[in-house]
Amino acid sequence: MSQEAKSSACLALADGSVFFGSAFGASGEVTGEVVFNTSMTGYGEILTDPSYCGQIVTMTYPLIGNYGINFEDVESKGPRLRAFVVRELCRAPSNFRSELSLDDYLRKAGIIGLEGIDTRSLVRRLRSQGAVTGVLSTIDLDPQSLIAKAQAAPSIVGQDLVQEVMPAASFSWTEKLGNFATLAPQDSQPTRYHVVAIDYGMKWNILRHLTQVGCRVTVVPGTSTAAEILALQPDGVFLSNGPGDPEPLTYAIRTIRELLGKLPIFGICLGHQLLGLAAGARTYKLKFGHRGANQPVMNLRNSKVEITSQNHGFAIDALTLPANIEVTHRNLNDQTIEGMRLTDQPAFSVQYHPEAAAGPHDSAYLFEEFCSLMDLSAGKSKA
Amino acid sequence: MPRRDDLKKILIIGSGPIVIGQACEFDYSGTQACKALRECGYEVVLVNSNPATIMTDPNTADSTYIEPIHWQYVAKIIENERPDAILPTLGGQTGLNTGMELFRRGILEKYNCEMIGARADVIEKAEDRQLFKEAMQKIGLDVCRSRIVNSMEEARDVLKEIGLPIIIRASFTLGGMGGGIAYNREEFEEKVRKGIELSPINEVLLEESIIGWKEYEMEVMRDKADNVVIICSIENLDPMGVHTGDSITVAPAQTLTDREYQRMRDATIAVMREIGVETGGSNVQFAIHPQTGRMVVVEMNPRVSRSSALASKATGFPIAKIAAKLAVGFTLDEIPNDITRETLACFEPTIDYVVTKVPRWTFEKFPEADPELTVQMKSVGETMAIGRTFKESLQKALRGLEIGHFGLGGGKKDLWESDHRPTIEEIEGKLATPNDMRIFYLRYAMKAGLSNSEIHDLTKIDPWFLENIRDIVRMEDRLRCHERLDEVSDQLLREVKRYGFSDKQIGDWLDISDMEVRRERKRRGILPTFKQVDTCAAEFEAYTPYYYSTYESEDEAPGPRTDGRQRVIILGGGPNRIGQGIEFDYCCCQASFALRELGIESVMVNSNPETVSTDYDTSDLLFFEPLTTEDVLNICDRLQPDGVIVQFGGQTPLNLARGLEQAGVKIIGTSPSMIDAAEDREIFKGILDKLGLHQPPNGMATDAARAVQIASEIGYPVLVRPSFVLGGRAMQICYDERMVREYMTEAVNVSPDRPVLIDKFLEDAVEVDVDAISDGETTLVGGVMEHIEEAGVHSGDSACVLPPYSLPDAIVDEIKTATYALAKELQVRGLMNIQFAVKHQGGEPVVYVLEVNPRASRTSPFVSKATNVPLPKLAAKIMVGKTLKELNFTKEVVPPYVSVKESVFPFTRFAGVDIILGPEMKSTGEVMGIDSTFPAAYARSQLGAGNKLPSSGAVFISLAGRHKEHIISSARRLIDMGFKILATSGTSRVLREAGIEVETVRKLQEGRPNLLDYMANNQVQLVFNTPSGKGARSDEGRIRAAAVMNGIPCVTTLPGCIAVVQALESIQESPEPSVTSLQQWIAQLPASEA
Repeated sequence: MSQEAKSSACLALADGSVFFGSAFGASGEVTGEVVFNTSMTGYGEILTDPSYCGQIVTMTYPLIGNYGINFEDVESKGPRLRAFVVRELCRAPSNFRSELSLDDYLRKAGIIGLEGIDTRSLVRRLRSQGAVTGVLSTIDLDPQSLIAKAQAAPSIVGQDLVQEVMPAASFSWTEKLGNFATLAPQDSQPTRYHVVAIDYGMKWNILRHLTQVGCRVTVVPGTSTAAEILALQPDGVFLSNGPGDPEPLTYAIRTIRELLGKLPIFGICLGHQLLGLAAGARTYKLKFGHRGANQPVMNLRNSKVEITSQNHGFAIDALTLPANIEVTHRNLNDQTIEGMRLTDQPAFSVQYHPEAAAGPHDSAYLFEEFCSLMDLSAGKSKA
Repeated sequence: MPRRDDLKKILIIGSGPIVIGQACEFDYSGTQACKALRECGYEVVLVNSNPATIMTDPNTADSTYIEPIHWQYVAKIIENERPDAILPTLGGQTGLNTGMELFRRGILEKYNCEMIGARADVIEKAEDRQLFKEAMQKIGLDVCRSRIVNSMEEARDVLKEIGLPIIIRASFTLGGMGGGIAYNREEFEEKVRKGIELSPINEVLLEESIIGWKEYEMEVMRDKADNVVIICSIENLDPMGVHTGDSITVAPAQTLTDREYQRMRDATIAVMREIGVETGGSNVQFAIHPQTGRMVVVEMNPRVSRSSALASKATGFPIAKIAAKLAVGFTLDEIPNDITRETLACFEPTIDYVVTKVPRWTFEKFPEADPELTVQMKSVGETMAIGRTFKESLQKALRGLEIGHFGLGGGKKDLWESDHRPTIEEIEGKLATPNDMRIFYLRYAMKAGLSNSEIHDLTKIDPWFLENIRDIVRMEDRLRCHERLDEVSDQLLREVKRYGFSDKQIGDWLDISDMEVRRERKRRGILPTFKQVDTCAAEFEAYTPYYYSTYESEDEAPGPRTDGRQRVIILGGGPNRIGQGIEFDYCCCQASFALRELGIESVMVNSNPETVSTDYDTSDLLFFEPLTTEDVLNICDRLQPDGVIVQFGGQTPLNLARGLEQAGVKIIGTSPSMIDAAEDREIFKGILDKLGLHQPPNGMATDAARAVQIASEIGYPVLVRPSFVLGGRAMQICYDERMVREYMTEAVNVSPDRPVLIDKFLEDAVEVDVDAISDGETTLVGGVMEHIEEAGVHSGDSACVLPPYSLPDAIVDEIKTATYALAKELQVRGLMNIQFAVKHQGGEPVVYVLEVNPRASRTSPFVSKATNVPLPKLAAKIMVGKTLKELNFTKEVVPPYVSVKESVFPFTRFAGVDIILGPEMKSTGEVMGIDSTFPAAYARSQLGAGNKLPSSGAVFISLAGRHKEHIISSARRLIDMGFKILATSGTSRVLREAGIEVETVRKLQEGRPNLLDYMANNQVQLVFNTPSGKGARSDEGRIRAAAVMNGIPCVTTLPGCIAVVQALESIQESPEPSVTSLQQWIAQLPASEA
């Protein structure tokens, strides 16, 4: 087709499918697991979610870039994903908070963008055959060569991506939830707890939430040992989200296993999977994962449904749960485990993102629950 | 929580006749609710006065009351039926208000009938502006500064506080009626006074102006377990200041960051909880300041709405159906998502396309009306389009409007290319004041060199929309660099199509036909693909076949059938307009149901989001597409149907028939050439002559001289009109040569291929409508309807009676015989509608044929309800080869009771417009009254239409000269009933001479107190005023307009006056309302074979 003649970028999948489109952002060639996100808003947050490390992300909503990029809303220092694929890029954004266009942002961040392809057709392919490795290039537009590269690339399974995105050293966090994050300006709680957050590739909004509910937060790298963490004398430990397969992260699992029972623990996403592994469960790779802001989750303790933000490709296998794990939340779409707690130790976790960003705020109560758990564990009563 | 078992029988209130602000969206929601509740095992009782609805089909509900939606009638229904609950949230504002009235009057309590969906106190809190404002402040949400007033004095005080411009909203009125924006003191005084008058509780809200702010709507659902989900966000292209029903709107919201969107979502959920809508769907409107992001809550509707119908069609999530299930106790997580099957209704739809809705106005029908768009809704319909980008969906929506624009530019309607290219001043004027054509002026502004920021300053339209529209204009310019299509590269042509440009636009710019563009485009392999609407952006497999076209690489629609099963496409009617509305949607749906009964795959094509036909449940396949030759042919290319039905969607599909047939599509039913024959003057004249039928003397002219000549030959008055129109567009009665000349030179664009038809106008003739059905062998008359208003009043505007109430049997037989002959001659396969006029000439009645339309008519649903013969369904079956005999319909049904259809008009919307009826159709909707006698049925129809017939008081009579004599006996009967008669001097004299007591009232120019004072002082309860024909219209016009504004029923035709007197007698005889269900009436029909 003549389409190819004017194309400036090509995405090829390991299954042999090829998509020609126009390049934006940076140029070059990258390999990654191709996944899709169904959220209609929040591309700025998605781009900067470190959990997308190693992935080429396509947005199902076709118009991306409409409101530009603003640095109040980002979730980390910069994009860690491999590439970004959209149907139509907006080059003239309109929003009172916009600081620069998506195109400029990605160019500066060195991320390749692809626009103009039939993203729905790509998504349908991923849905039916599962997440697949792809190569996106602006320098090599030969389909056969790209397909060969995609087929030769290693799978995301078994890779440790955490060490690519975690911070090199500890730091403390003080920023609270910003403008527009709540309906009305809220009085934040006085600081009452010290929480160590283990950063496997953490989204900043988790930290903003922890600070908002009264935590002084020390962020430590994902490779920190239990001894290092205990030395900080925290009231509780938080296990962050992060990219990729949890099983190869044996150092993290060991740390959590050593912390279990000693301190209240709260995990989100990868942190949830690692808690599960530490408690003796197994994880598996989902066919194409959950990525979006409309996933319904049933809270089994009160039978209420929360609409949640999600981004994960792996999940805890329900068939491998040890006796001391109680499932607290389930996904209504596919019945996968979305939340659990240990019955004999002060630890709980959710697979989804209560900090939202991007996504609904239905589950923000979990940060309060973490505080209650720390109160309970310290024998303190909540003021 | 499973369904409630303590409820057995549920009453649903419909929304009544189609009016501006309340259209078929409530037929859609009500029909869904009936289906959903019956599926759950409940007995459903329905009340709706509108016979054109699907919901009033006798098998949609268990008991169907086609009765006035007035609390007294509904109370009677409750007394008879004893429902356990009433569901008032699916019938629009009418349903909600009626439910509240029943509650306030203690009817619900008396009969132990629970209000489900929303409790009375909740409705109160959401609808009462003061309570709502307090509730919002309580939960910390920002609202506009505002105050409620009940008098002009209070209003003036508030004005000092808030300042101009100021918004005026009347409480408890439909679609923003009695509202407006005041920019100066004079406007303020006028609009507040009107608002206070129109509000049923004389209450008006004055509000800080947020004109120009970004406007959003959120569609939300809640269940009794307090699960709340957002179904859809909508962003208005037209910012605050234009009623959302009059705004171009887009789903989902485009220019909000996730944080801003989630804040609005949180606010929506907080509103739901605070107002306390326990179950069902609601809609919350927000305004956001474009520079500061300040967000204010504008209002909430605690019920399903026009926007929820749009949201349902935009996402595939059936809000009304789910709302009905939630009302009876289900929770969202117990209800499956029909589209994906494997997931549940408890989620938030995500879409991977852009939806654009564009309103359709009919200002051309009301030339005196002000076309400025304000907070009071003026549009009568809407079209929706789906595309992968905003650019594509906007252009598809514009061609779906069917107003002669095939996208943003190009074609005959494109002023930029015409001699009427607007000046920069004109452009700026059109941008600054919102109006029906503003979207097209955005393009002219760009062509004239205005920058986005200049356009934004004038319009306050968000720069994002402007930039996208500019992209469309840039693409147009790129295309037009080329002189010929073969110079346009494949790459560029494909891009042009991806921007939503139609073949017609491309052809217009390159001087070739749309069909040539199509051929070339296909040759180059540039073909549309069809994508599914699936609620989930392809995350899950979808089973509901609901498609839209776009130019992508993968097609998801099924290809040609290979299993031998037949596939038939039904073309719908597009956006509602005056003359083409819900009646045709009824016919399309029935056709689809008929095909399904025969095991034929039914495919619906339509672009109207309000309708039942665009419910994904109605047909086997649904294509949400504009009804243009290009779009329909694309679908035919993909599906290879066995036939296409063009008879049911009104004029829209008929206009496509010839083009489709030429492209090789098989049109089933009456052949397009026969449809043309009926429209072609010469051929039709030949047919009538051959059959020995009469036609009023007539001729055809392409210039004024010839027109005058014809008129003088056949004698005045004459009826003039352009050829090929529906709904009487630009039709006029001319009484003299001056009027004919004026019409020919000013009123219409006459050209050799668009001649003007000139007919002898039959004064004082009785008009008769006949709906018939034929299989080519047998023809049966479905119903003979005698009009109440004389010939000359558009058939869509007159009341009609089935069976005829005054015509002799011999005349009815003559009419039927003529019908059979015409059906045979035109080889009708399906439905046919004929209009006859019966005029007494020399003491003998003569039957004239006025018009024949071999297609479904506006009266098809009325006749089907009145006779219980499903005419459109039978017709669809005939089109696929069945005979009437096979269908067991061999005997005409003449009911032993009387059905009256009355029309409903939008006059209160267009202040100052004269309300007289004429050949130009003006009504938006209709109601039906059924009773055992004509006067009683007519009385019911009047109540249903909202004409409050008085039981006592004064009747003002002022009739045109030739009418005066004929009112004497009716006037005497009014006196006998205890009414006082007021009249102007001329009419007084005639009545006094006949010995009738009359009080003479001054005409407007005769000093005061005059009639207007009497009306203002509540001293007149009913007005009889017929236009005098020539001249002196202004005084009469003011009287009639004043009657409308004062809410006094005003009858403008002599036969109407006489019928109203009969109705008044019938009401006096039995003042207590009685109700009878349609099913009970049907039981009285002679055992029919159908």
